[in-house]
This record gives sequence, structure tokens and C-alpha cells, in this order.
Amino acid sequence: MCQVGEDYAEPASEEPPPRQPGREQKCVKCKEGLPVVVIRAGDAFCRDCFKAFYIHKFRAVLGKNRLIFPGEKVLLAWSGGPSSSSMVWQVLEGLSRESAKRLRFVPGIVCIDEGAACGLSPEARAKALAEMKLILQTVGFPWHVVALEEVFDLPPSVLRCFAQEPVGTEGAYKAAVDSFLQQQHVLGAEGAGDSPSLAQGEEQLSWPCTQDPQNPQSPDRPPTAAQTEALSRLFDSVKTLTAKEELLQALRTHLILHVARTHGYSKVMTGDSCTRLAIKLMTSLALGRGAFLAWDTGFSDERHGDVVVVRPMREHTLKEVAFYNHLFAVPSVFTPALDTKAPEKASIHRLMEAFMLRLQDQFPSTVSTVYRTSEKLVKAPRDGCAAGPPGPRCLLCMCALDIDTAGAALLSQGGPPSPRHRAAVLRLPCEHEGLALPGPPAALHLGRGPAPQPELLPQGLHRAADPGVPG
Amino acid sequence: MPAPQCATCHKARAALRRPRSGRALCGACFCAAFEAEVLHTVVAGRLLPPGAVVAVGASGGKDSTVLAHVLQVLAPRLGISLRLVAVDEGIGGYRDAALAAVRRQAARWELPLTVVAYADLFGGWTMDAVARSTAGSGRSRACCTFCGVLRRRALEEGARLVGATHIVTGHNADDMAETVLMNFLRGDAARLARGGGLGSPGEGGALPRCRPLQLASQKEVVLYAHFRRLDYFSEECVYAPEAFRGHARHLLKLLEAARPSAVLDLVHSAERLALAPAARPPAPGACSRCGALASRALCQACALLDGLNRGRPRLAIGKGRRGLDEAGPPRDGEPERAPAPDAVPAF
Repeated sequence: MCQVGEDYAEPASEEPPPRQPGREQKCVKCKEGLPVVVIRAGDAFCRDCFKAFYIHKFRAVLGKNRLIFPGEKVLLAWSGGPSSSSMVWQVLEGLSRESAKRLRFVPGIVCIDEGAACGLSPEARAKALAEMKLILQTVGFPWHVVALEEVFDLPPSVLRCFAQEPVGTEGAYKAAVDSFLQQQHVLGAEGAGDSPSLAQGEEQLSWPCTQDPQNPQSPDRPPTAAQTEALSRLFDSVKTLTAKEELLQALRTHLILHVARTHGYSKVMTGDSCTRLAIKLMTSLALGRGAFLAWDTGFSDERHGDVVVVRPMREHTLKEVAFYNHLFAVPSVFTPALDTKAPEKASIHRLMEAFMLRLQDQFPSTVSTVYRTSEKLVKAPRDGCAAGPPGPRCLLCMCALDIDTAGAALLSQGGPPSPRHRAAVLRLPCEHEGLALPGPPAALHLGRGPAPQPELLPQGLHRAADPGVPG
Repeated sequence: MPAPQCATCHKARAALRRPRSGRALCGACFCAAFEAEVLHTVVAGRLLPPGAVVAVGASGGKDSTVLAHVLQVLAPRLGISLRLVAVDEGIGGYRDAALAAVRRQAARWELPLTVVAYADLFGGWTMDAVARSTAGSGRSRACCTFCGVLRRRALEEGARLVGATHIVTGHNADDMAETVLMNFLRGDAARLARGGGLGSPGEGGALPRCRPLQLASQKEVVLYAHFRRLDYFSEECVYAPEAFRGHARHLLKLLEAARPSAVLDLVHSAERLALAPAARPPAPGACSRCGALASRALCQACALLDGLNRGRPRLAIGKGRRGLDEAGPPRDGEPERAPAPDAVPAF
């Protein structure tokens, strides 16, 4: 309806007559097969053409943004849900010998068990874990199952920010591939057994449940009850569901990246689909993360320095993913998430999801329009902002701090705030709500007033903070 | 249980809690705080220098009424003088009642009032005529697109008539947040790139515009009008139910209920967006017909009117715009010609 640039030039009488549904309709691509699915507002595809279309899109996204080097170790983040399962299946098929132009990287799978945060009982968690292991064994890549409780054991070095490579140009890709292959060759010559992680001075923790298909007999060490208790306490201390979701995402990202670093993976692939990314974009807007949209929803996310997060499923809508999984029997595991069965108004994330899906019903181009806008975002501070040396980074999301330094003092309702009040409230950088650290007051934006009731981070995360980072 | 004491004067009983901070204040202290915040917005942003002649866009609704009242209170301190400019879009059954409210306000505040009408400025095209012209194709009427563009044009004209140096409008924080949401949902990268900030400084000869109420939440505007007993017109426009903004408004209300800071967070996000250079609008020039600020050969107002006069009202909306920039004046004998004979709007 109200899309900018929508073409209204032709008067209504020249509209093509509506297509007759029924026996006469054929696949729009090959014009022969019987269509089984309609995608993209009116295009009917037959089974084979749909499969070709789907696979082609996956390859095209990888090929267009030339970031994956041949022979590189890539970690696939699998949650058990439909999008990430589809991604794992695509990689599996893409690596098989029969496929044309087969993919040339070395995959591994990581799966984070978040049952403690979602309040699942140990039996439910064990059951879900067993189902997942079945599928992981079928897939056959080296896999790592990590419980979210491990986040308490993360070394402070995860918060250290590594130097970022600037985004390269065409010639840079070839040069990068060459240097990468050279590096691999050198490492192979030195006889290193496992590719050493690229970070210096990284501690090697003993990770439970790390499997190679060749030796499946490693002992299973579930997290201790004390750790589970600590994690539940952490999540209970966060008052709103919105903040819980954000915390979960931050912890999950840190954990996945640590697994990647420890085992020498230089890229991580996540299965965010087009629909999910559009919802994520709108949610980030509402949370005040406008400055970081390009990192949150773009194809590649290099803010962690050495490990790059890549989103190859970003052009597949949820509908396509669901139909593909159904038609081609892609296995997936359902695990309840933080907001399963939560009412619609419980968190910003739920609200946005419900809103976008409802709007999509009425205006079928909503998701693709938001996605196209996200493609126009660039990873740079807005013109006019200081382009000086990179400042300190947020502990949770590793983005540069985004605080108002407009110089306007806090305007309160009648008189300056008391010193005690000032000391207790620091609008946490990057707009993470519900979590506040004591410290000097930041210059707050005019008229916003003091932040809502702050809570302090529990001691566990204080320990994890690198003492060198401010706050 | 009796209400708590006012947190500021500690004398009167509190009459409300401020929506964002939860402080309990009595009516007088709240109004004083509201006025102080608007003053701070204007002074910190250097929006209205002393000696400015300020044209207030008055529609008779709550936002412009509160704006005019607050500016009147602050006028001696800021050293500005005010003029009321009301725009008559020609929407029957709505605008006439609103204008009556504006006239009452002008009489009460003793401010000079100028009314500019679409029918005079735009060759007889009232909003009702536009709605009739764009109706009937099964698609939406897109009335708000026309009304918004033409109203800004009309406001500029009215401001020039009264010799103003600045234009102020009563947009509040909720309006800004809705606009951000709407622009994202419609994929309007150009507006997103341009938006944010406290108004436009007035490039290319256009008068500088600003929005002093930009950081005030809608609830506070309504409360202020209540405590100061201001008389305003509170019905919604006849064409409002069709507007796309309704979706954004509904979403914003839900977001605000879930997290009160969402409104200002949206505005903050929009200020910090970084869009690719290709997505940004081109540097503005002048319209070839009327000389106003324009990014293309024709300014949007001239383009829209051209489409209306040619009997193809959607010509300037969307991709059809491309053919328009090279076009000449409209031909005679068009079936839906406006009643007035002059095709080119007389500015």
C-alpha cells in the first residue's frame, strides 16, 4: 500500500486479469511441473525448481559477499530450530561430492544448551540433548554441545577487542585468500595438531561434550547444580523479558565466539532468516540500537575482531525455510525458548514479531521492504559524529559506546539531582536496560529523566569483566 | 489512600505522576517543569534567537495549542514575537470546526491570526477535491501524502505573508517516533537519512523550521493542556483512519506500554542511523516552477499539483515521478481540471 517508490503509473483498468487457480497453473519457472508452493506473492514453483531456487539463493549469498576462504574452518551455530537446521543441511549437501561446484570450507557445529535460562527441568534438557545428538551424529561434522552455564568460566580475554580488518575490495579478497592459504601451509609445516587459535595467550579450557565423529567416547560432564542455580539467579534478577532476551543473546554470542576461538574457527555462520532479521532490525530500533544496525543485521559482523559472524540465510524468508524443511525432510529439534508461550505484550521482541507478521499479512511486501532498507545501512558512524580513534566498547555487545555527549546536563524536575542519585545511575552504554553499573554519571539526553530502577549485575559477571575495560 | 506530596514544592498534594520518571507533582509544578524543559530545548539548540518573528502553525489541536501557549509564556524571556498561521485544507466537517477553535484562541491570547487556504493557494484544489480525484481505483487514496506536502507549502507561504523569520510546529516525541517507524516500514531511506535533529536550518531560502515540543511525550502535552485549561479541538481528521501512520501509532502505544523509554530510544536510533551515500537524497536545488527548495527539477508540491491537474493524481507518487520532471504545463480540456483556470499555482 504505502511503499515508497511503488508504481502507480498505470491506471487500474490495465491491470492483468487475476490468474485462474486450478489445474491450468504451472510452475512459473519450468512451465511444466505441477506447483507445490507459492512464494513471493504469486510465484508458484514445482518441487525441483523450488529446490534449485533455494539452493541457488544460499550459494549466491555466500558467493556475492566473498568472505569464506577455501579450506577455512567455519563454525555453524545450530539451535535446533528450522532456519539453522536448514542452513546445516545446505552446508551438508553443498559439501557432498556430487554437488556441482561444491563448497570448500571445513565445517563444525556448535549447539548451546540454554535450558537453565529458560527454566527447563533437567529431564527435559537431557531429552532435548539426546534428540540433538542423534541429529548431530547423522550430519557427521565435528560437533560441540556447550551448556550456557559455561559462560561463568569464560576468561576475561573474551572481552578484549581485537584489531579489526577494514572491509576490503575485490583485489583484497584474492590477497586475503592467498595469505590465508600461506598461513595454513606454514602451520601444517610446523606440525601443529589442532589449528591454534588466533588469539595470543588464550587459555585452553577442557570443554565437555566436544566430539569428533571418529572417537565418540568422550565423557559427558553436565553442568553442576551450583552453576545452574547461579544462572537461574542471574536471569531472575533481570526484571523484564526484553532485558532477559538481550542478556541471553549477549551471553550466547560470547560463548559461541569462545568456542570458535578455542578450536580455531575463524568464521561463525548463524541461521537468521530474512523474516527474523527484519524483526530484529525493528526491535533494535525500538531498543535504541540505531547506530549498530549494520552489525546486528548485516551479512557479516566483524566487531569481535578475529572471528567473523556471517549470516548466509538472510535472504530466505521463514515461509521458504518451512516449506523446504517440510518437502525435503530436514530434521530439526524444538526446544522451548525464553519467550515461548509468553503473552504478546510481554516484551519488545514479541510485540515486534506479532506486529510485523500481522502487517505482512496485510501488505505482503513489508518484510522484504524492511530487509532492503537494512541492505542500505553502512558500518560507519553517521556523518558529523567524531571520527576519532575508536573509543571504549560495550562489555555486552562489543560495539563502540553510544552515549549522548551533547554536553547538556541532566535536567531534572526542579533543582539539581542529589549526589547520591547521580552516583547510583549510569545509563548503561548501548542502551541495555535493566542492567546498570555504579560509576560516574554519563551526560544524559535532555528531557529523558533518570533511567528506570536500575539493578546491579550479580557478582559472577563482575568477575568476568576485564579490569582494563572502564566501568 | 491520599495522594503523596508534590516532590517539588512539598506543599500541595500531587496531582499526577510524570510518565517517564514517575515523580509525583502537583499541577502547578508540573506545568512549570514542562515550560522549563521547552525553554531548555529552545535555548540549548539555539532554535529561536532573540528578535525572531515566529510563525506558529496552529491547527486548533492539542499540540499546536500547547505550543502556542508555552511560547507565549516564554516569549518575554526569549525575546521573540509570535504570529499564528492556520491552514485551511478544505476538509468539510472537520477543518471548519478546528478553525473556529483557533479563532477563539487567537482572541484569547490576542495574537494576530492569518488563515491560508488550499483553495486560494493551489488553484482550487481542496483536500476533499483531492480525495475525490484519487478515489475509486481500488487502491488507497493517499490523502495524507498530498495533505502533508501541501500543508508545509501553505505554512511557508503564510509565514512569508506575516513576515516571519522562523516557523515552529507542535510535533511531540511520539510523532517523531511514529515517523521513524513508518519510514522504516515503508523503506523510505531518503527520509531516514534526512531525519532526526531538531528541525531544518532553512537551506536554499526556505524559512528555518523547528519543533520545540520534540522531546515532550504526548501524555505530558495533554496533561499540560488540562492543567492550564486550554481550549482545543480534539477530533481526528476525517481521512485519518486510512492513513498508514495508524499502524505505526498502534505499535508505538504497545511499545511504550512494554518499555516507557522506547519512544525516545526510537528517536535516538534514528539520529544515529548510518545510511549508504547512494541512499541519501541529492543535494537540494530550486524548483524550476516556483523556486522553492527541491531535490529534483520540480518540488514535491508542484509535482503533486501537476499530477492532479493532469487528471493523473498519482503521477508524483512513486516511480511515476520520473516522467514528470521533463513535462510541460498541463493541456487544456482535461476531464478533472480544477475549477480555477490558472494551471500553474500562483505563489
